[in-house]
Amino acid sequence: MLLDEPLVFERGAAGRIGWPVAHISESDTDAVIADLPPALRRDDGLAGFPEISELEAVRHFVRLSQWNYSAATTLYPLGSCTMKYNPVVNEAVARLPGFAALHPLVPDQLAQGALELIAALEHALAAVSGLDAVSLQPAAGAQGELLGMLLIRAYHTDRGDPRRRVLIPSSAHGTNPASAALCGYDVTEVPVDARGLLPARAVAAVMDESVAALMVTNPNTLGLFEEEIEAVAAAVHARGGLVYMDGANVNALMGVAKPADMGIDVMQFNLHKTFSTPHGGGGPGAGPVAVRASIADYLPVPRLVRTAAGLGWTDDAPKAVGRMRSFYGNFGVLLRAYAYVARLGGPGLAEVTRLAVLNANYVRARLCGTYHLPYATPSMHECVFSDRDLQDFGVSTLDVAKRLLDYGFYAPTIYFPLVVKGALMIEPTETETRETLDRFVEALTAIADEARTDPSLVRNAPQRTVLARLDETRAARRPILRWHRR
Amino acid sequence: MEFPDDLRYTQEHEWLRLEGNEALVGITDFAQDALGDVVFVELPSIGATFASGQAFGVVESNKTVSDLFAPVAGRVTAVNHVLRDEPELVNNDPYGTGWMIRLVVTDREQVNRLLDAEAYRTFVAQQRT
Repeated sequence: MLLDEPLVFERGAAGRIGWPVAHISESDTDAVIADLPPALRRDDGLAGFPEISELEAVRHFVRLSQWNYSAATTLYPLGSCTMKYNPVVNEAVARLPGFAALHPLVPDQLAQGALELIAALEHALAAVSGLDAVSLQPAAGAQGELLGMLLIRAYHTDRGDPRRRVLIPSSAHGTNPASAALCGYDVTEVPVDARGLLPARAVAAVMDESVAALMVTNPNTLGLFEEEIEAVAAAVHARGGLVYMDGANVNALMGVAKPADMGIDVMQFNLHKTFSTPHGGGGPGAGPVAVRASIADYLPVPRLVRTAAGLGWTDDAPKAVGRMRSFYGNFGVLLRAYAYVARLGGPGLAEVTRLAVLNANYVRARLCGTYHLPYATPSMHECVFSDRDLQDFGVSTLDVAKRLLDYGFYAPTIYFPLVVKGALMIEPTETETRETLDRFVEALTAIADEARTDPSLVRNAPQRTVLARLDETRAARRPILRWHRR
Repeated sequence: MEFPDDLRYTQEHEWLRLEGNEALVGITDFAQDALGDVVFVELPSIGATFASGQAFGVVESNKTVSDLFAPVAGRVTAVNHVLRDEPELVNNDPYGTGWMIRLVVTDREQVNRLLDAEAYRTFVAQQRT
């Protein structure tokens, strides 16, 4: 619906109200206000607040919601983000009053159900990773990475062998270098080979006793499985280093391959990606960290322990790195993830993985003659194309992404990973049907045709959205961060 | 795309203009074109010292964020504060008003090891294929 929609502050008229309440006069409200302590009163009559009817408010927000692109309206193929559909039953579970109304300061003995759920989720993530201990505290993937790095630093420092470097492949997840640097490590980039993979010999060549860890993303951000991961891990372990895995792409592994079997020592999960909890709106996520037993002593407090009295929290962990988050992490997210895991079980998670990989490879196979595929190595759960073959027509990845909106699809991730120039990174996830994937492929095929026959159409897209090409540069250079009444 | 003959270049796409004992440093026409619209440049403090190849700042565009690498070792004597309000100068005038830092060069020999315009032009041509 291409309706002009002013801000709610620009609507309405003085004195208009949402709903009149019978039997309450102005003198009644004056009396209530008079009872308030002076410090709580304001005498400016709520100046500047919108004065609108209920219907105006309903229409305003419903219209805005209709402009959204989301998994609830269309395929949302943002590579590296795993924008799968979140089953509504998870939301229903999260709203059960026993969970939703549970205060985090309730005594442990009165919250045994919630604690059992936390323990069960820790157990499930340990099983998926093959690792020994889990902390559910981190509030997001990058905070999980930070915790992973803090644990690795604590591990080496405790051994009297503090190290200063972290190795990161050029195909790693974008936040990895920042997480390592925030922990005080110097980052050394290890280039991927012509297949887009990390060779063990490249790691061995830069590995020495100054290296605390390798941070590897597997599958990497090209959507490729690191074929030499065991040899890579062995090269790091041989010189006393640890191997951290960014678990952002676990949607291509869970139930099928265990990171522990690949030689991974520490990893984070992104529950808001793989385990089907909402994300993308800047809301809460969860980035649990799993570790080998040799690193478990350093996990943050409080820790969940089982005693004769039941489950309870303890701060008694002298080697812990401290606390990462208030209370016990984002419990509402943990709850949704548990509901997802409990419903699918181990075999169900494996089926999710297989379907996610199948869907990505289906899209890849159908598009690989149409768009340039920079790496021919077999894909896992996402595939990366580039705009190389469209450049002669003056059409770029950005133009293709914009034109997809006209076809009713959200755009893939663009210009990432950085190792591919003009990258177009597609992750369909397992929740899409073949019919949807076919329509998406047909849209991208039509756009490639348009690029050759009518490039200005693609360059000037989108035409069917409320707004077209916003001036992102001006927004970044001269941001207007506050609304002012005109 | 221009690569002036009086400058020296790095494979990280910085340029360096020697002026006596000092050198101006910025990023090349190729770099600004690849980055797209530059929206922010983070520059070091005056007096900071850098080894050759060490990151001295960060350039952010609509597409990406990249480190800036010192072409040679040196101590910073000036930074282009104008870029704080007008980062677009990096796009509009990469070899002029879009300069980034001024360094006192500690080892002249390092300057001689940088690419000249011809070698950089060849390097950039290889990058495109």
